[in-house]
Amino acid sequence: MRFDTYDPEHFYDELFQNQQTPRPQGQVLIDKIHSLPEGELLQRQRAAQEALSKLGATFNVYGETEGTERIFPFDVIPRVISAQDWQFLEQGLKQRIHALNLFIDDTYNAQNILKDKIIPEELILSATGYLSPCIGLKPAKGVWCHITGTDLVRDRDGQWYVLEDNLRCPSGISYVLENRQVMKSTFPQIFKEIPIQPVDEYPSHLLATLMNLAPNTISSPTVVVLTPGIYNSAYFEHSYLAQQMGIELVEGRDLVVVDGYLQMQTTKGLQQVDVIYRRLDDDFMDPTVFRPESQLGIPGLMEVYRAGRVAIANALGTGIADDKVIYAYVPDMIKYYLDEDPILANVPTYLCWEDQQLQHVLANLDQLVVKSANESGGYGMLVGPQSTEAERQKFAQRIRANPRNYIAQPTLCLSRVPTILGEEFSGCHVDLRPYILYGQDIYVHPGGLTRVALKKGSLVVNSSQGGGSKDTWVLCQE
Amino acid sequence: MLSRVADSIYWLNRYIERAENVARFLEVNLNLILDLPTRVQQQWQPLVATTGDKDFFEQHYGEATAENVIKFLTFDQKYPNSLISCLQKARENARSVREVISTEMWQHVNAFYLLVANTAEDLALADLNQFLEEVRQASHLFAGIMDATISHNEGWHFGQMGRLLERADKTSRILDVKYFMLLPSIEDVGTPIDELGWIALLKSTSAYEMYRKRSQRHLITPAEVADFLILDPEFPRSIRFCLIQVERSLHLISGSPIGTWHNPAERSIGRLRSELEYLTVEDIIEDGMHQFLDRLQHQMNQVDQEIFKTFLDRRPVQPYFQTQSQS
Repeated sequence: MRFDTYDPEHFYDELFQNQQTPRPQGQVLIDKIHSLPEGELLQRQRAAQEALSKLGATFNVYGETEGTERIFPFDVIPRVISAQDWQFLEQGLKQRIHALNLFIDDTYNAQNILKDKIIPEELILSATGYLSPCIGLKPAKGVWCHITGTDLVRDRDGQWYVLEDNLRCPSGISYVLENRQVMKSTFPQIFKEIPIQPVDEYPSHLLATLMNLAPNTISSPTVVVLTPGIYNSAYFEHSYLAQQMGIELVEGRDLVVVDGYLQMQTTKGLQQVDVIYRRLDDDFMDPTVFRPESQLGIPGLMEVYRAGRVAIANALGTGIADDKVIYAYVPDMIKYYLDEDPILANVPTYLCWEDQQLQHVLANLDQLVVKSANESGGYGMLVGPQSTEAERQKFAQRIRANPRNYIAQPTLCLSRVPTILGEEFSGCHVDLRPYILYGQDIYVHPGGLTRVALKKGSLVVNSSQGGGSKDTWVLCQE
Repeated sequence: MLSRVADSIYWLNRYIERAENVARFLEVNLNLILDLPTRVQQQWQPLVATTGDKDFFEQHYGEATAENVIKFLTFDQKYPNSLISCLQKARENARSVREVISTEMWQHVNAFYLLVANTAEDLALADLNQFLEEVRQASHLFAGIMDATISHNEGWHFGQMGRLLERADKTSRILDVKYFMLLPSIEDVGTPIDELGWIALLKSTSAYEMYRKRSQRHLITPAEVADFLILDPEFPRSIRFCLIQVERSLHLISGSPIGTWHNPAERSIGRLRSELEYLTVEDIIEDGMHQFLDRLQHQMNQVDQEIFKTFLDRRPVQPYFQTQSQS
């Protein structure tokens, strides 16, 4: 297979400047693919898929029969990011996470940003992600968002935008690690010739980030991963990360609060737990404080947490900054807390909460992407240009009924990467989710998950909506 | 080790062993039928009895025809102890402890499940034998992989206990049913049919060759077969062998020496094992084989329960509210 007839059309293509002209960072890759004997690439694509399916990298789909697992489709043509682009992204992400962390700490404590009227108080108080039991909370070392998976996209002109911050329990890192493992065995030669930043250090960095949260008085803290269980869509990842870090994977029913401490039930009796990496949503964590019907959480956890006897990553309450209305204020936060200009741009966002903007949104539904403030995974959104009149009317009703809960953004024309569909290369739209760890310092993992919309022309890259993934190569500084 | 994890490894092994035994029962019956003269009626009812789930069968199937029993034991999703159900549960348990067991174990359980799930329900009778052998082999492979790829620590011992308790239970059940069924009627004594039945019983527990080697005799008598399957200390499917190993694992978990006990689980297995040590098959026959096996199954269930209570279910009663009232 060759790229001779591949046409980037009028999109920003990550590998090609225009037809026949690869970008500098893609040149070696393209040459290498061209040097493969006919049929070889397709065969390697199949081998890679098979290897992943053997590794059992699956996700579950909600709304289907319980336990339905699917393999996340994988495409062997990687997305390549130049060292220069990466340096820019890394700085931008560090700045953004730094400011977001200060913001979360501020909203649950001094609330200066509200008093100074940078963000309307009403917006915070009406956010479903704002948890009053967290008011006054002082998490270990002042860090709230230890693990972030920021969604980035590139528009038609190549400009990067932050689409979502994902400060609760971002998933996907396991695919990054497994994709790379499979790519290394699929194209060992290329890895020798191109200086690609390795990704395998993530579990070590994550473990260090978690250990950092334990009180200094405990010499060998017990750190666990908390999962909702095998039916959760990201269960594979929970289990994978626990395995890679060599720590216990626990469910809520393994944990119990006894004598003011969080304990897990082992065959040798109760054992104290010091740090939880939770992959459970805030409102399921403690049924005595949040959702009383939650079977997944631990009664009494909040009390132990507030007393500082257990650390939780991410801290409870970080969901406030995931509210898509609050998102619109992140550039203001950066200015307010750091006195800096934002390095990474936000996508222009209309807040239906404000009457004028609401009217604009309603009048332009066919051109905008509308999102509900608190859903993720591609659920609860309307892609205007690809919607029907009936869908738009239904959405307009929902927006009018609860304007606080909706935002709208212009439909971005996501950048594309050549992808094998059938037996030829097609340009498919991608996004990028790098992972950022906030421990002693802020660490941006080199790469991230590139999700790709495998339906021709589709802009939705979520795994639950028919997306797949690619390996992401961040090139080393020359 | 987390109690839940230990529990899952225990059940993962029990379900795989259960699947293996279901395959053995079927395999041997299919072979036996081929050898029987046509005047003898096909015997499928005893297979149902072996499972201990006769009520379920009668409710859902009625008559014990070959077709009904095979469907019941292999691909009936509603019957919790069918091959497919065992594999589903084994896989689910394995999935919930993937980070603890080895990748090889997980991949094998997954492949084993797919082998059973992908074999269509309308599997031709001719292919059934082949399929059942694959199931038996897959179970052996699982045991081998587990033995060779994870540390023989607590988790491994819990798995070992699950597998061996299940095996002992199944050996006792098959012996119970066959013993009852094969006890010769007057006219069949010493006929080839009589001996064939006992050979089939030995084969269903992979015991035929080892039995021959041990007894060095040409005669296959009910008492000697029972002696071999219940009391032999070296044959890995005999009840006594299984229980010796269960006891050993239990003590390696707790660290206390065999011959002492520090928890009810150790006490119940120690008692049962030592009882078998001093029994003879003559004692058993005199008291009644069925009564003996019935009691044995009951005692093994008790061991299972005590293991559960001692290690796996340690949750104190309403702990949160207790601490609240203290403060």
